[in-house]
Amino acid sequence: MKEIISSMAGTVLNVMVEAGDVVTVGQEVCMLESMKMEIPVESQGAGKVMGIKVNIGDFVNEGDVLVVLE
Amino acid sequence: MRKILIANRGEIALRIINTCHEMGIETVAVYSEADKDSLFVKKATYAFCIGEAPVSKSYLKTDVILEIAKKEEVDGIHPGYGFNSENADFARAVKEAGITFIGPDPETIELMGDKIVSRRTMMAAGVPVVPGSEEGASTFEEASRLAELMGYPVMLKASGGGGGIGMVRCENEQALAKSYESTKARAKAYFGSEEVFIEKYIENARHVEVQIFGDHHGQIVHLFERDCSIQRRHQKVVEESPSPFLSEDGKRKMFETAFQAASAVNYKNAGTIEFIVDEKENFYFLEMNTRLQVEHPVTEQITGLDLVKWQILVARGEKLPLLQTDIRSSGHSIEFRLYAEDPKSFLPSPGKIELFEWNSFHGVRVDPGYESGSIVTPYYDPMIAKCIIHGETREDAITKASKFFNELKIEGIKTNALLFNEVLKDPEFQKGNYSTSFLTQKSFTKN
Repeated sequence: MKEIISSMAGTVLNVMVEAGDVVTVGQEVCMLESMKMEIPVESQGAGKVMGIKVNIGDFVNEGDVLVVLE
Repeated sequence: MRKILIANRGEIALRIINTCHEMGIETVAVYSEADKDSLFVKKATYAFCIGEAPVSKSYLKTDVILEIAKKEEVDGIHPGYGFNSENADFARAVKEAGITFIGPDPETIELMGDKIVSRRTMMAAGVPVVPGSEEGASTFEEASRLAELMGYPVMLKASGGGGGIGMVRCENEQALAKSYESTKARAKAYFGSEEVFIEKYIENARHVEVQIFGDHHGQIVHLFERDCSIQRRHQKVVEESPSPFLSEDGKRKMFETAFQAASAVNYKNAGTIEFIVDEKENFYFLEMNTRLQVEHPVTEQITGLDLVKWQILVARGEKLPLLQTDIRSSGHSIEFRLYAEDPKSFLPSPGKIELFEWNSFHGVRVDPGYESGSIVTPYYDPMIAKCIIHGETREDAITKASKFFNELKIEGIKTNALLFNEVLKDPEFQKGNYSTSFLTQKSFTKN
């Protein structure tokens, strides 16, 4: 099991993947808003999305788990 | 007023505190846990922690802020810029608590906060607006039809938007199709309303705004223009006055129009009318900011006035201190927003500022939010300080600014100070020949 973690503290603006999707390394999976700008979070691994750990509007800290991959 | 609460943080909180203290007014700071060691907290007469770092848990908590204001028996609340400064409900709640809101009437904030309504109001007042949709574009088909009608490129914008967030330039129908749903979703996430509308995109545009001021006795004045065309991500980075581009005739027309716009809403306190200007000096109303602007020190340097002092005087019912004919502009002022960010990619760069020192000389004003040893946290706007430089002429101001940035010492985090060195050396900037696309077109930035 692999986890995609947040690179920065910020508010979740959008989640671009759903459970069951297959993602590749470098694919944008979430959009965060931090310090008045949009920061894309890229997948650090490849695999099938098992679960989304955040909702749009949530505040996340650096290192928080956003998405869990198989 | 004897005591004022500042519902803000960083450099603007400190700047307001300084004027209050000069006027013999006590100050109450409110701060989040992340800002406990901040300059403004140390400088205020009293300071209270109001919650955790995320803005929704601290700086936006109206009930907690009002509770402290009442307990501390403050006479007024200054909202600064951002946060609750353009929130009509906040202004109303302050008023209902029997405290003076240092700003315009809640009704004016509400009217100008909705871009579609404010456009309509201005059109009725005879103020030119950018050609665009008079209603929101609620479906893609409608947006596409409107865009076709006015011709591409167009700007797709959030009705409740501001601060450069939630707007996208669309070159053609494919681009509009690609951005339509995401812009709506973004509008909803940021501003709580998914309403979007379309405006004609103006090529090689400049962004010039007029500072206005009104009192409770029906008097309104303007305090000249500010050219804010140097932007990244539709957010201002460098502002100056006078505009190096507008002719005297163009300025006069713009001041008259700004006056007309402010009069139409019976404006009180400090406000700014933003215009977009094309190559032929035709200008169109963009929006009205019903608050103190970040770049207000530019106006303070050329007029020698203290706008925060004026705000307090007006809020306590006094007449504007000067008549239009007594307000003079002298020399040239340029403001640089020093950000904790990569100077090429503009990505934010939070962290600890190991060293922050500058040489102060005649004409230099620095409004800092941080000092050596401060930590720039990832929770708020990445602005570290505003560096405002005044010279007898524009050339003089540029020379002084170059000296300032060459001598500036800032270590520990990435900042855009290097970008300013490049901008100041740029021949087009030196000639005053630039538009809002200046930074995206330059080789010293990458986008």
